[in-house]
This record gives sequence, C-alpha cells and structure tokens, in this order.
Amino acid sequence: MARVLLFGRLADQAGWREREVEAASLAALRASIAHDDAALARALEGPGVQVAVDKALVRGEAVLAAATEVAFLPPMSGG
Amino acid sequence: MITLAQAPFDPGALLTAFCAGRDETGAVASFVGLARAEGGSASILELEAYPGFTESAIEAFAVEAAGRFGLQDWRIVHRVGKIAPGEAVVFVTTAAKHRRAAFEACDFLMDWLKSRAPFWKKEHGPAGARWIEPTAQDRTDAQRWDV
Repeated sequence: MARVLLFGRLADQAGWREREVEAASLAALRASIAHDDAALARALEGPGVQVAVDKALVRGEAVLAAATEVAFLPPMSGG
Repeated sequence: MITLAQAPFDPGALLTAFCAGRDETGAVASFVGLARAEGGSASILELEAYPGFTESAIEAFAVEAAGRFGLQDWRIVHRVGKIAPGEAVVFVTTAAKHRRAAFEACDFLMDWLKSRAPFWKKEHGPAGARWIEPTAQDRTDAQRWDV
C-alpha cells in the first residue's frame, strides 16, 4: 500500500488529501487513480506537477515498496 | 533552524532570542513579512506546506545562502494554516561578522522563499477562494541572484 498525498489545487479537485492505494509502481498508482477519477489522473500529469516519493522528487517511473509515501505537488506558490 | 508555525508568533521575541549571547557577530539583519488585507479583498491567507519536505527544501537553501554569504547563523520561521491580515507570515534573520553579508543573505533568502519554497497559497475573500502562484516580479527578484 502506498500512502498518496495531494496538495494545493489537486486536493481541492480530488476532494481528498490522503489515501492508501495498492500499487507496486508509480504507473500502477496512476492507473488505479484513473480508474476512480479520470479527471484527477489527468490533472496529476498536468504541467508543473511534480512527484515526490518518500519526500524526494522523482522524474518518470518509480517502484513503490510497502508504506511508500507518494506526494503530488502542483506548482509551488512560494511563501 | 527552520520552523513551520501553526499559530501566530512574535517576531520581536524571535529576534531578541537570536541576538542573545553573540560576541563574535557584528551584524544581525532581519525581515518580517505580514499578511495584507488588500483593501478588504483578502480576508484570510491560507498556506499549505508538506511537513518534512518543506523544511528540508528551506534548510538546503539556507545552508547554500550561509556558504555563499559567509553567514555565522540564520533562523527562519514561516506560518502555515490560516493567517489573518496583519499577522506575521515569515520571519528571516541572519547573523554575520559584517552588515553587508547579513543584509544580502536576508534579501536572498526572502527572494527564494517568495518564489520557490514548497508552499501552496490560497487567498480567501468576499469573492471566494483562489490559489495563488508566484508573480512575475517574484520570479524576477529571485533571478537577480542567479549566476
């Protein structure tokens, strides 16, 4: 189970901020989210959205171990 | 040290504590950013951070600033959650042997915090809520330091 975190406008769009998703890779995670909410899955691949796995930014694919934290970060606004 | 604060904080008390017990520091510079009411159009500012990730990003940048400007020490406190107009949003202070390094590092840290720090900002007003992204001016201010 990966723990998925959404921030900013992505959380507003989804209507949730945190959820457990059964997925062994980032691609499987995206597919699982798309199954429930296709518009959200598209937004997660939108321009400027970054992905952090266990608080480190990743590009492209990533293998997810048990209890991995996956965060989708829309463009940061600064403080 | 970086702290994300859920509740209002007292910048004066932070500055006093930061200045205490320094006998090799010639200069302490500080900056306090306050939430603006924007003539009533913004009643509440809401800042979201990613706990752990946000502090690490700010810490890494402050460590870079410390090396670049030769700082002896620094302290950053940033509010998160709902912030009312007039409340402090951010406090940055820097300590150096001489004033130029302290001033410049403080300016540098604020430009970066305003444009690149991992926060998501929402403005709540009479017309509803909207997410805010960095302004062109914030980006230009940050680019002044690119070498």
